[in-house]
Amino acid sequence: MQKSLHISADDCTGCYQCVLACSDAHGHDFNPVKSVIQVFRFEDEGRDVPYTCTQCDEAWCQKSCPTDAISVDANGAKVVSEALCVGCKVCTIACPFGTINYNADSGKVIKCDLCGGDPACVKACPTSAITFVHSDTAQFNKMRDWAGKTDAGSQQST
Amino acid sequence: MAWTGKILRVDLTAGTCTLEPLNMQWAGDYLGQRGLATKYLMSEIDPKVDPLSPDNKMIMATGPLTGTSASTGGRYSVITKGELTGAIACSNSGGFFGNEMKNAGWDMIIFEGKSDKLVYLLIENDQATLMDAAEYKGASCWDTEEGIKSKHGDQFIRVASIGGAGENGVKYACIINDMDRAAGRSGVGTVMGSKNLKAVAIRGTLGVKVKDREKFAVAVAAGKKVLADNPVTGQGLPTYGTQVLMNVINESGALPTRNHKDIQFEDAHDISGEAMHEPRKSDGKPNLVSNAACFACTIACQRVSTIDRTHYTVKDRPEYHKASGGLEYEAAWSLGAACGVNDLDALTFANFLCNEHGIDPITFGATLAAAMELYEMGVINDETTGGVKLTFGSAEALTTLVEQTCKSEGFGVELGLGSKRLCEKYGKPELSMGVKGQEFPAYDGRGIQGIGLAYATSNRGACHLRGYTIASEILGIPVKTDPLETEGKAGLVKAFQDATAAFDSAGICIFSSFAWTLDDVAPQIDAACEGDWSADRLLELGERIWNMERQFNLQAGFTGADDTLPARLLKDAATTGPAKGKVSGLETMLPEYYELRGWSQDGVPTAETLSRFGL
Ligand code: SF4
Ligand code: SF4
Repeated sequence: MQKSLHISADDCTGCYQCVLACSDAHGHDFNPVKSVIQVFRFEDEGRDVPYTCTQCDEAWCQKSCPTDAISVDANGAKVVSEALCVGCKVCTIACPFGTINYNADSGKVIKCDLCGGDPACVKACPTSAITFVHSDTAQFNKMRDWAGKTDAGSQQST
Repeated sequence: MAWTGKILRVDLTAGTCTLEPLNMQWAGDYLGQRGLATKYLMSEIDPKVDPLSPDNKMIMATGPLTGTSASTGGRYSVITKGELTGAIACSNSGGFFGNEMKNAGWDMIIFEGKSDKLVYLLIENDQATLMDAAEYKGASCWDTEEGIKSKHGDQFIRVASIGGAGENGVKYACIINDMDRAAGRSGVGTVMGSKNLKAVAIRGTLGVKVKDREKFAVAVAAGKKVLADNPVTGQGLPTYGTQVLMNVINESGALPTRNHKDIQFEDAHDISGEAMHEPRKSDGKPNLVSNAACFACTIACQRVSTIDRTHYTVKDRPEYHKASGGLEYEAAWSLGAACGVNDLDALTFANFLCNEHGIDPITFGATLAAAMELYEMGVINDETTGGVKLTFGSAEALTTLVEQTCKSEGFGVELGLGSKRLCEKYGKPELSMGVKGQEFPAYDGRGIQGIGLAYATSNRGACHLRGYTIASEILGIPVKTDPLETEGKAGLVKAFQDATAAFDSAGICIFSSFAWTLDDVAPQIDAACEGDWSADRLLELGERIWNMERQFNLQAGFTGADDTLPARLLKDAATTGPAKGKVSGLETMLPEYYELRGWSQDGVPTAETLSRFGL
């Protein structure tokens, strides 16, 4: 069964534990700029929002890569081959979400690879704002929350 | 490893920035941050120096765990001779600035001399440049931070700055980073202002390395679990912040009220952490928007608040309608109970202004409380205050004067002196509630005996964060002691002081110590840093630091006679609550404390004690 990262910004405190775990897990020491998950603080609203690649099924980055350096692994993650990437950055332009970025140290691009199926950010998060869940049922908890607030008998879908 | 091994020395007189290697032997003896920077300061300045002269230095220092994934590992401290106190000053701040400094490759930045014009320091990894700050002259910390970010087109630059208060010599100006995190006490921002240094802006992208990645990951995970499982760090602080204490301390009969005339505040609930969760009448929303974390912190005690838009303070000022750093316990107390004010929105507004303009809300609130007492006694009057009625309980007096103090206008100029200088000026020095020139925080030494000794002996003037015996006396951490009892408190204070000095030198937040002991910290340092690090080594290092700071103060001219409390706490018995009839038993605790410290009866470390710590 395919799994996806599920992010619930409401639970995020902006602690950067996920960011640090990501950077460390990918061999970049503790270096927030090298993390492929980023957390943005919206001071005026009191909100922290983690953001990373959603692993599009039809991935802009993958389609745009002239050297076919981006492939799909067993977990459905779009992963970059360091050997094939030439650092042209076309994928970073193609991605509408900004979640694939150039790493000046290696001259290659970096993006979320779901850590081979055991994401470091998920393990590091103290509030369970990031979870790794079955893709088909990823939003069921949200549905359940709303279901609990609704009188199901009167729900109207059109 | 864990240390970057590099110091940036900024000579503001000459306008130069130079790189120096870190003294690794000192790092082994003093760890980092508070301890290590104090060692540098002591070896480079005369403790007798005028804090505002170019000969004083100011050090910004990270610890070895700063910038790592160790929970709360984002701290930095500012170490200098404090303007408010004339004693060693060391003010610790969270947010994201400390990590940025470390990630730019610096353990410490030493500022010396004085610039002939207002400047800010811009650091991009190994590039450090002094930049003209004329455009930020008089600007608030908020405007300075936003201005620098937009000028350089980089929202990820982290900025620590002073507001107009620091430029204008308010004696308790702080340094604000990340909008609402403060190196708050003792006037470290005043020293920064005296050097014509407006801000330090950093972008760091080099990464922080630890000695043994795998061992470190295990130690960090274990530490995080201890914090998550502990009721204070796992539930109390995330839910209520430090404001979890307001009702608790009030019930213990140790909430100083109206300049310590009372020790219980009848309206404590209105300004408590619980009240911050309650929906307000106007819009049904609570004061508290969310909690938030400093870098790497899995506790997340920070409050993010809004002010009721219909409140008199902001109804015509939409710039204060957005969310910002909310009340922590100490500020809620100083702006609230200390002045007898029960209006949560007025307190939140005052707190926003303290952050915006960079003044310490503890000293400000306590100074206003002293002024209110002077006013009620008729020592000062409407003429002195420019017509502001300084009665205890007046929210209008609070919000008017916080603005005047932040902007150095009207009677605010006099409040900017701090309570000691203000009360001396009006011939009533006994009304200043503090030690060594620094005002008390939010606990009364009559209702909680150990904290009275901790205040009297604190190296940076009255302070709860130098030996937080409240943990034991009220919360039962690590063991419950009776707050009304003096016996055993000398040992308790010493143990807290020594351990705290080690925590403060590591790069982590002291709030972790609600759950962590040095046994939880040592494995993280050991995995991160060169050398072998045990809890015993850290405790010894903490005691070494304490004695070194003491030496600084003695050389600066303080004596054992300064280890005292105001007469109000020593002579006027508490009138209500569990401590009714009690005064502080300082005189029974202090001699025992000196003895346990290996100090003479006059409070001077003996030659043997000094040599034991290689001082
Ligand atoms: S670890 Fe969790 S709480 Fe912390 S910043 Fe990441 S998503 Fe937010
Ligand atoms: S406990 Fe609070 S002050 Fe300390 S690091 Fe965490 S969020 Fe910051």
